[in-house]
Amino acid sequence: MTIFELFSYGFIQRALLAGVLIGVLCAVLGVFLVLRRLSLIGDGLAHITFGSVALALFAGLQGAAMLLVSLPVVLLASLGILKLAGKARLGGDAAIGIVSSVGVSLGVLLTVLGRGYGVDLFSYLFGSILAISKAELLVAGGLFITVLALLWLYYNDLVALTFNEELAAVSGIRVRFLNGLLAALTALTVVLAMKLVGVMLISALLILPASAALQVARGFRMTVVLSVLFSLLAVVGGIVISFLLNLPSGATIILLAFLLFCVGYLFRQLQTVKNKS
Amino acid sequence: MQELISVEQLTCRHGAVEALSDISFKVTAGDYLGIVGPNGSGKSTLVRALLGLMPAYQGKISLFGQLRDSFSAWERLGYLPQNMGPLNPAFPATVFEVVQLGLLAGKGLPRRFCRHDRKQVLDMLELLGIEHLQRRMIGELSGGQQQRAMLARALVNNPELLIMDEPTAALDPDIRDRFYELVSQMNKDKGTTVLLVTHDTGTIGQYASRMLYLDKKVLFFGSFDEFCHSPEMSAFFGEHSQHLICHRH
Repeated sequence: MTIFELFSYGFIQRALLAGVLIGVLCAVLGVFLVLRRLSLIGDGLAHITFGSVALALFAGLQGAAMLLVSLPVVLLASLGILKLAGKARLGGDAAIGIVSSVGVSLGVLLTVLGRGYGVDLFSYLFGSILAISKAELLVAGGLFITVLALLWLYYNDLVALTFNEELAAVSGIRVRFLNGLLAALTALTVVLAMKLVGVMLISALLILPASAALQVARGFRMTVVLSVLFSLLAVVGGIVISFLLNLPSGATIILLAFLLFCVGYLFRQLQTVKNKS
Repeated sequence: MQELISVEQLTCRHGAVEALSDISFKVTAGDYLGIVGPNGSGKSTLVRALLGLMPAYQGKISLFGQLRDSFSAWERLGYLPQNMGPLNPAFPATVFEVVQLGLLAGKGLPRRFCRHDRKQVLDMLELLGIEHLQRRMIGELSGGQQQRAMLARALVNNPELLIMDEPTAALDPDIRDRFYELVSQMNKDKGTTVLLVTHDTGTIGQYASRMLYLDKKVLFFGSFDEFCHSPEMSAFFGEHSQHLICHRH
């Protein structure tokens, strides 16, 4: 099969389009999350997503309709993490730990109470981008536009917040609102990314492209651009390779992203050696 | 003269410990106020309370005639914090990008930078003699270079009020002198009001017009001439130290 033939399949086109949308969001948000040392919020929210999927399956929902349950649950959980971290004398890591373990526990309970472990849940754990439906793609497109518009609107505010929270506050930037916004945008993105790489690997899609970009970029804007580029390479490359070699797409995407991170790391080491000599 | 800062009967607590007690003072436009006092005297707490970075307090704080809690004219104010913690060495911004962030306060959403902002940043970098660092990553600079970049960030918006907390701590002596002269020049030529926190009691009298001596409460607030002739301050510091601080002889 030629690459041209490959791209003529409707399901491959849908998978690539959804992958590109999700990849861009994860790459941009990932830069802010990694630099704010909030990488694991993605992991915590992914576990909550698992619980929300189990809840949706328990309620008998399928496909895009499941997002009606997942989106509000994960959004609430993201704000819950912030609230717990701020009010309950907890660090962010403990708050994420609590919320994510509650998510998994609820997921397991509901699955057992409902219909037992099934193929459906497995596909959400490890992703099934090649099976994305038109309705799911439409929802992904809508969320992509929403998240990207908010990122565009608050981009420089988020850069200032990421650099130093107190200086941002003294510049009149609404720090609490922005922290909430960042958590909410992450929640929306995590729910979307579940279809692409699965609950288990979502945080990697947030962390790896941003971390690879941080190895080589010289400036904030360049970091964001490179993070998007690396993410797209991993997502598009991963989907194509996984289809051609009959491999699971989520795991292939993440391993490709890790490879790009390794290349970035090696590049940085070589630059350091070159600068010293 | 316009009152830029007004503090009335301010009391701040760190948990159960009272860090500041019954502080009252005013800063008017054109003042250069040095806030001095020993370590742990509450200098930084006072600055953080002024800027709304420390919520728990009693008393009344006003900035530019507006109550602090409803204050919104942040573009009129420049702030240089005590230390940024060691700046995250992985933070991927260039010096230019960091200084540019100082212009955000004057902008409405979506906050974007224009060509004029670029010129303003370059002019400020040149004024502080660090234009050659503009493309360097902030995390790769020495402590003194980082401090100058952060000063450029605080000054780039041409603030009417400049608040600095121990700004010379990471600077070499010759750069420290240039720094003091630059701030004095801004105070005299542009009328920038300066509030400078320092434990450098030996130097501040050369530059500031007024002093607030703090040790959890106000021990002295007034001009250096008043300080110099105050019998209470002679009794508190001893005459020798008193005149070393006032720099009037």
